[in-house]
Amino acid sequence: FADVEETLKRIQSQKGVQGVIIVNSEGIPIKTTLDNTSTVQYAGLIQQLVLMARSTVRELDPQNDLTFLRVRSKKNEIMIAPDKDYFLIVIQNPSA
Amino acid sequence: VLHPCRPCHLGDTSLSNIASMEIVNVLMKRRSEFNRLRGFVDSDFKKLVDMSPDQSTSEQPIHKDQSVQAGQEISEHEARQFISHGMNHVEGGWPKDIDHENMEQTIRFRKKAGKNEAYISSILQLGSVMELCIRQNNAIDKYEQYFEDEEEEEENHNAPYAKTMNVLRDPHQVKRTVTSLSWSPDRGRKLAAAYSSVVFQQTSQLSTDSYIWDIEKPSIPEMVLKPPSPLVCLEYNPRVSYTLMGGCYNGQVAYWDTRRGCQTVAYSSVEHSHKDPVYKVIWLQSKTGTDAFSASTDGQVLWWDVRKLSEPTERLILDLSKEGNLGGALGGISLEFEITMPTKFMVGTEEGLIISCNRKAKTPAEKIVCTYDGHRGSVYAVQRNPFLPKNFLTVGDWCARIWSEDIKESSIINTKNGVSELMDACWSPVRPSVFFTVKMNGVLDIWDILFNQSDPTLSVKVCDGGLYSIRVEENGRLVACGSEKGEATLLEISSGLSVPQKNEKSLVAAMFERETKREKILMGRQREIRLKERCRSEQSREEEVVREDGEESPQELLARAEKDFYSMVEVELKRRRKGKDLIEEQVVSEDKQT
Repeated sequence: FADVEETLKRIQSQKGVQGVIIVNSEGIPIKTTLDNTSTVQYAGLIQQLVLMARSTVRELDPQNDLTFLRVRSKKNEIMIAPDKDYFLIVIQNPSA
Repeated sequence: VLHPCRPCHLGDTSLSNIASMEIVNVLMKRRSEFNRLRGFVDSDFKKLVDMSPDQSTSEQPIHKDQSVQAGQEISEHEARQFISHGMNHVEGGWPKDIDHENMEQTIRFRKKAGKNEAYISSILQLGSVMELCIRQNNAIDKYEQYFEDEEEEEENHNAPYAKTMNVLRDPHQVKRTVTSLSWSPDRGRKLAAAYSSVVFQQTSQLSTDSYIWDIEKPSIPEMVLKPPSPLVCLEYNPRVSYTLMGGCYNGQVAYWDTRRGCQTVAYSSVEHSHKDPVYKVIWLQSKTGTDAFSASTDGQVLWWDVRKLSEPTERLILDLSKEGNLGGALGGISLEFEITMPTKFMVGTEEGLIISCNRKAKTPAEKIVCTYDGHRGSVYAVQRNPFLPKNFLTVGDWCARIWSEDIKESSIINTKNGVSELMDACWSPVRPSVFFTVKMNGVLDIWDILFNQSDPTLSVKVCDGGLYSIRVEENGRLVACGSEKGEATLLEISSGLSVPQKNEKSLVAAMFERETKREKILMGRQREIRLKERCRSEQSREEEVVREDGEESPQELLARAEKDFYSMVEVELKRRRKGKDLIEEQVVSEDKQT
């Protein structure tokens, strides 16, 4: 419990990190550092993306699985680390 | 009594309860009347509905193949219920019992979820992965656009340079001049150098050895060649890489096979060789690979077959009057031969002329095709541009000139006169616009005529004495130059001067064309002027001739001439007498005064 907090704090303190969200498999944001509306938006949209990505990887090779997903956009980068039951989403702006 | 068939409404008839009302048909009968026979009574018929047939429909009967039941059309379908698995709803899949609008419940739910073990372990693991990526992003902007709008820039904006790599020194005490250099044809691992003394009649104490050096081992020559007399020139056979031909100071030519050792395999007999030092030997392109020709200041160009060096196979005397007169021949100092033009060759002479010859001419007289009036002194080098063979480079006296074959009167490009004499030159084998010259003050000049025509692109002072020979290796990067003091210096030139540029050949060709055209125009103009003058002088002569002719016979001419003569003499005498009188008068007057 405490480790989780520590981890999140460490991540949050890295340069350029704008927000951290933990979402469970249902799509409910468990922990977040952003405001509610954004969190909910991210959680909902990203879950769909992850499911799609995972199914893509698995269809191409059933023994393969998705380990990490990075969405690089003009303004920032959304990094998603998926797990069986949870996702960890971090939004970072590397040039900031 | 309730009518047995009329519907009867039980309960309230208030509006609120209409929905819950049941329509019930109730049959009421007295008990006593159970099981009594029914007594049906006839009643009048009543017309309930009168439906008359519609006349219009009978006009258009619809034929049907099957019997149709007169009934309503009913369709049957099932509507499947779609359960959406996406998050259409704003909040996520909250479990059923939690009202997502209720803050407390959600918070509580969240806290509980946070205590889940699986949650903790997975988050820890994910966290470390994530951190790595975050740090990566911070370390390098991986997605940076490199070279967004740039094209490939041309390199070599650096200054050109020539680095001295090695100096191969003459191992003998008494240093001799390196008069000729030749790279071995197999990618230039070896350099053959001819050592002799160019100073007139100084040959006695000098060793006659010449060497083949391996450029990686500058301290000791790889092989020593022992000719009958010091070699003035030495050439590898470009086809057969182990054979060499050398021309000696005493006029003989010698042939070596490096596989057989350092003694000459064969050398020409003294009687049939040149009478002067052989200044240049060049291998010819032939099927047997054994032909060569040599030039010497005795005025001959001799052709040899190395299998039989006792006698030359052919002889040409560089006599411009085409009489084969050895006495009036020009001394050949340099030769030029281009493999792509096997019938032509050029000889540069001591007198400054460059003679272009055709080998295949029938008579010796026709062999000399034309001459170019080159330099004021010996033409030390003649070489065609390897890319544009119509143009050739010559050096002599203090400048280098580039010529076009077609223009005989003058060179199309010439450099300014330098401070010291140019002793040798060669084109770069890789770049059409670059050539190298060496001078008596020890300076190696590299010229790039596309870049700068008035000055050398690079001048390197190689050594203190004079530089006598230069040779560029096939790949264009290594240059060997030989000095007075017996040193052969190897230089490596920068890529700027040894890597061909785009379009270089066409640019150089265009430049040469332009200059050639200019010269042609100038020549044409000069010719015109000369022609005009000649015309004018001819005209005036004609007039005189016309006047004198036909009027006087020779006797009369003589008489007239005498008369003219005497009259002239008298006039002169009179003038003298008058002069004398005047002087006498003056003297008298002076006497009188004194």
